[in-house]
Amino acid sequence: MPDELAIQTRGVTRVYKAKPDPVTALGGVDLDVEPGEYFGLLGPNGAGKTTLIKILTTLLLPTSGTAKVAGFDVVNETAKIRRVINMVSGGEQSGYGLLTVREQLWMFSQFYGLPTREGWRRTDELIEITGLTEQRQQKVRSLSTGQRQKLNFARGLLNDPWVLFLDEPTLGLDVAAARDLREHTISWKAAAPGRTLLLTTHYMVEAEQLCDRIAIVDRGKILALGTPEELRRRVQAESIFRLELDQLPRNGGIAGIGELPGVLSAVRADEELADGAASDRVALKVALADDSALTSVVTAVAERGSLLIGLVKSEPSLEDVFVELVGRGFGDERSDDGEAS
Amino acid sequence: MSGYRGTPATNAREAAEWSTGRVLWSNLRAVIGRAYPRVIGLTREPSWIFFEIALPFLAVSAFVFVYRALDAPEEFIGFVVLGGAVTSFWLNVVWMMAAQFYWEKDQGNLELYFTAPMHLMSILAGMAIGGLVMTSSRALAVIGIGSILYGVTYSIDQPFLLAGVFLLTMIPLYGMGMLFASLFLLWGREAYHLAELLQEPIYFLGGVNFPLVALPGAVVGVVMATLPLGVGLDAMRQLAFAGSGVEGVLPVGVEIAILAAMGVIFLVGARVALRYLEHLARREGRLTLKWQ
Repeated sequence: MPDELAIQTRGVTRVYKAKPDPVTALGGVDLDVEPGEYFGLLGPNGAGKTTLIKILTTLLLPTSGTAKVAGFDVVNETAKIRRVINMVSGGEQSGYGLLTVREQLWMFSQFYGLPTREGWRRTDELIEITGLTEQRQQKVRSLSTGQRQKLNFARGLLNDPWVLFLDEPTLGLDVAAARDLREHTISWKAAAPGRTLLLTTHYMVEAEQLCDRIAIVDRGKILALGTPEELRRRVQAESIFRLELDQLPRNGGIAGIGELPGVLSAVRADEELADGAASDRVALKVALADDSALTSVVTAVAERGSLLIGLVKSEPSLEDVFVELVGRGFGDERSDDGEAS
Repeated sequence: MSGYRGTPATNAREAAEWSTGRVLWSNLRAVIGRAYPRVIGLTREPSWIFFEIALPFLAVSAFVFVYRALDAPEEFIGFVVLGGAVTSFWLNVVWMMAAQFYWEKDQGNLELYFTAPMHLMSILAGMAIGGLVMTSSRALAVIGIGSILYGVTYSIDQPFLLAGVFLLTMIPLYGMGMLFASLFLLWGREAYHLAELLQEPIYFLGGVNFPLVALPGAVVGVVMATLPLGVGLDAMRQLAFAGSGVEGVLPVGVEIAILAAMGVIFLVGARVALRYLEHLARREGRLTLKWQ
């Protein structure tokens, strides 16, 4: 049997009852996530990311539309979906504080149906992998936020899920703990083909660093979907490079660079030179039709007697993409859409 | 650093196919898993000895002294001690069964229970068994200390029947707790007040501190039809003080039949309520809305 899509939604809407008017958290979401993908839902608070995760993890019914996980319908085939998924949320306080780390993981392993011995074995394995060995006999209530989130992550892997939902998993973590957790998600995914991750986040860097594809979500709708590179291309079709040279090129100078094949424009941008740079240095901003034209630019610069001191590709961020798409920044413009985020 | 392992199944659809046996075993493991923190809690939180034995024992003692002051029949002292012990189970049902889903939701456990591959009845059963074990130690302590301190003498002709009636009483009692767990969750933040609201009326109607026959006939009828605590306690008193002229509301055999019927009704009711709860929770977002 060919592999089903890991996640598929068609026209999924979710409307919450509220006063004075109902709140539309999702307004017709179509999404295909392939098995083995690390897929990101990127959007500000209240965008509808968590609502979509709740629907896919069988906690919420869609108001209309269809949603499938591993080919199983979220309305009618919940039992089968629950056997192949798990979920880790940021700031999660699940479990019982009086249990030790080891006991807590074992307890959850029993909820996921692991045989008792296998539960202990898997618990010990995940404790070691996630770096909680020193805390294994520590009571859960005494863990730091970072340790706690590592524990939650270990819990999420107990049943070897095929689709792992990560809902703002690094929320509230310090830089080091967040980095650790991100690395764990990458390692876990790489360990077996077909493992799929759906990450919701409002951290651009996180989405960019981790995800194969990203859907930018706002007000319950997917505004754009693609690889990080494809999304950036939406707001900047050309490749822009900043070159720092020891002196102006000879034989036509900057204009000559601008006439090379594949070069759309070349302009002087000395205002971008670092303070204290030698006075005869120059900075160029070169726009290329695509990256392959860079070689001829670098060669031409050398042929014209200039030494290339620095080269930086200037790329739009995902925030630029978001601003371009919705005409505003990534701040918390509106409150939560009636869901736990 | 990695160390993560691959998965044995070749795709997710294959991994989702479980045999009936695997489903049953998984649910049984979930029962054990959920009972575990309650049982282990006995050793982790020694303060329970004071709060759950010493303090309630004061309430039992108050009634003992009232009966002594009134020169009441000596078996009344035993009634109160036995009532005090059984009360522990009622408190456990109200606070650690009925209100539990509400607290679990607050902690974020309920979402994980819903998304785990097991039936919520397994979680409730685990809570009940764990609670039963935990509370049995308290009940035994109340009976032991009370009996020694106040010189209660028991007259037990049929110890196995008495043990059987005790266990039979626990089924509808905890079944009632399972039913309430769903209902309390539906009623949201009022769960705490509902638990408080139920506490004293049940003490009274259950005949915890006096023989149930003392209540007016119509009230006794209501108790016999609805409260496993009252029915079970009345039967246990007849069996624990046999031959001492203790009068029960109904013959023990009839009360056993009532308890059995109640067990079926409350367990089925809990199952239906849970199914309804899950549907409602998914339809209205009650598991995810913070203000519910």
